[in-house]
Amino acid sequence: MSAPVVEARGLGKVFGTGEAETEALRGIDLEIAEGDFVSLIGPSGCGKSTLLRLIGDLVSPTTGTLVVNGKEPRQSRLDRDYGIVFQSATLLDWRSVQKNVELPLEIMDFPDAERPTRAREMLDLVQLTGFGDHHPWQLSGGMQQRVAIARALAFRPALLLMDEPFGALDEMTREAMQQEVLRVWGETGTSVVFVTHSIPEAVFLSTRVVVMSPRPGRISDEIVVDLPPKRDLDTREDPRYFELVIEVREALRRGESGSSGS
Amino acid sequence: MTERDDQIQETSITDVFASFEGDVPASGRRSTPARLVRRYLPAVFAFLAVLLVWEGLTRLFGVESFVLSKPSEILNSFSETSGLIWGAGMRTLFEAAGGFVIGTSLAVATSLAAAHWVGFRQGVLPLAIVLNATPIAALAPIFNNWFGLTNPFSKMAVVAVVVYFPVMINTTRGLLEVDPAELELMRSLAASPSEVTRRIRIPRALPYFFSSLKVASVLSLIAAIIAEYFGGPQDVLGQYIVNRAQLFQFPDAWAAILVASILGVVFYLLILAAERWLMPWHVSFRTSE
Repeated sequence: MSAPVVEARGLGKVFGTGEAETEALRGIDLEIAEGDFVSLIGPSGCGKSTLLRLIGDLVSPTTGTLVVNGKEPRQSRLDRDYGIVFQSATLLDWRSVQKNVELPLEIMDFPDAERPTRAREMLDLVQLTGFGDHHPWQLSGGMQQRVAIARALAFRPALLLMDEPFGALDEMTREAMQQEVLRVWGETGTSVVFVTHSIPEAVFLSTRVVVMSPRPGRISDEIVVDLPPKRDLDTREDPRYFELVIEVREALRRGESGSSGS
Repeated sequence: MTERDDQIQETSITDVFASFEGDVPASGRRSTPARLVRRYLPAVFAFLAVLLVWEGLTRLFGVESFVLSKPSEILNSFSETSGLIWGAGMRTLFEAAGGFVIGTSLAVATSLAAAHWVGFRQGVLPLAIVLNATPIAALAPIFNNWFGLTNPFSKMAVVAVVVYFPVMINTTRGLLEVDPAELELMRSLAASPSEVTRRIRIPRALPYFFSSLKVASVLSLIAAIIAEYFGGPQDVLGQYIVNRAQLFQFPDAWAAILVASILGVVFYLLILAAERWLMPWHVSFRTSE
């Protein structure tokens, strides 16, 4: 197997100092292999978003070591090794959909001639062909999030970080988006780290579910999702899918009671 | 976005003028002539009603012209002296516009520096807020002395100082009050600070900038006229108003005031047009397609 995309050893993060000190993460050991789809799941306050942001070098660790794409997280960010999708689409109102997808390409000085082609390809990939001239506010929430995914993938990063990307969407749109993400993942071969608080979502999408528990945030369990790689509506009715949902649910409960006991 | 827009309008002047913007067809309907008439008809009626009541009451109670001139007298003077007062108006507008451009340019430069360098921001902004509390028109005699009474630049300097603070303070706030998620996005893309300024901060600051320009456009004419009261060439609105009032030619003074207010409204509308041209994406101008 090739080198892991993410490798964390004894990773810890403390926010604030003195009275206001909060330990967000403690003793995180995590390996994510190339091509993996790993979900981080846990109750709010378990530090799952913080872990994602550590990987993206949006915050810095207090203790431990973290290697992303074989480099320091900072170097990995400077090398533009990852794309990120937040809970809100964070599209720029004053740019068209096409220009929003081109934003990373402009910042990375892609040649003028290449940018529009690349952006159109990405819009095709997320099935928004023909929406390039629209403005973000003219799109539905699900479509906006698809633009955000297209933008995150426009420069073909090795790693895609997603921070509760479908948290604000309704159930129907959410399921459609999950299917979409799996298709994009299959087509691009990008490794994905996906933060969610939805158990079915984590099981449906992932090759591995990392269960986290709060106060301080740590990894309490890891569950390998041994569902067939091709996932569709039938997957959601597969008995194994339900078993795994229950497994993750119980792991979450164990994590909760474990933390309140300590 | 709406929450942020609410915060911009801190002065009563903005509030008053913001009500004009409420007329913007945000619903996406086309402005057909019929709709325009329906929208502005009440305002036209109110305006005419005020003039009629004004005229009627001043006639009824025999109010003297030096207390309050009749609209008919004012309009009469307005047409008889139009060459004179419009000429004066243009010279005053030149001072106001010159000062407006100078003050706005300096304000934008300061804002960009303040957004870029934290030290500069922490050192200069509190100072600016203290200076902002100074009644700046009081500087007019001093500027007259510095730049020469007859030099239009002495008036422009007063205007520039008056315009500077609201534009600088609002624009700086716009440059700094950016959605943290947008900053994180830019950080994830390893964008340089100047990229962040160019692609996020400046577009985000435009609404703040324009709302301050709308205040500044009105302030600039006020400041120019007040600066003229302190002396200088006679062929400008401020001196004309003072002179006519001293000669008890009050309808003439009122006619000049009317010119000043027309110029103020035109200046304001020009800013409004520029705003729509430069940020058609803004929430208040959106059309749903």
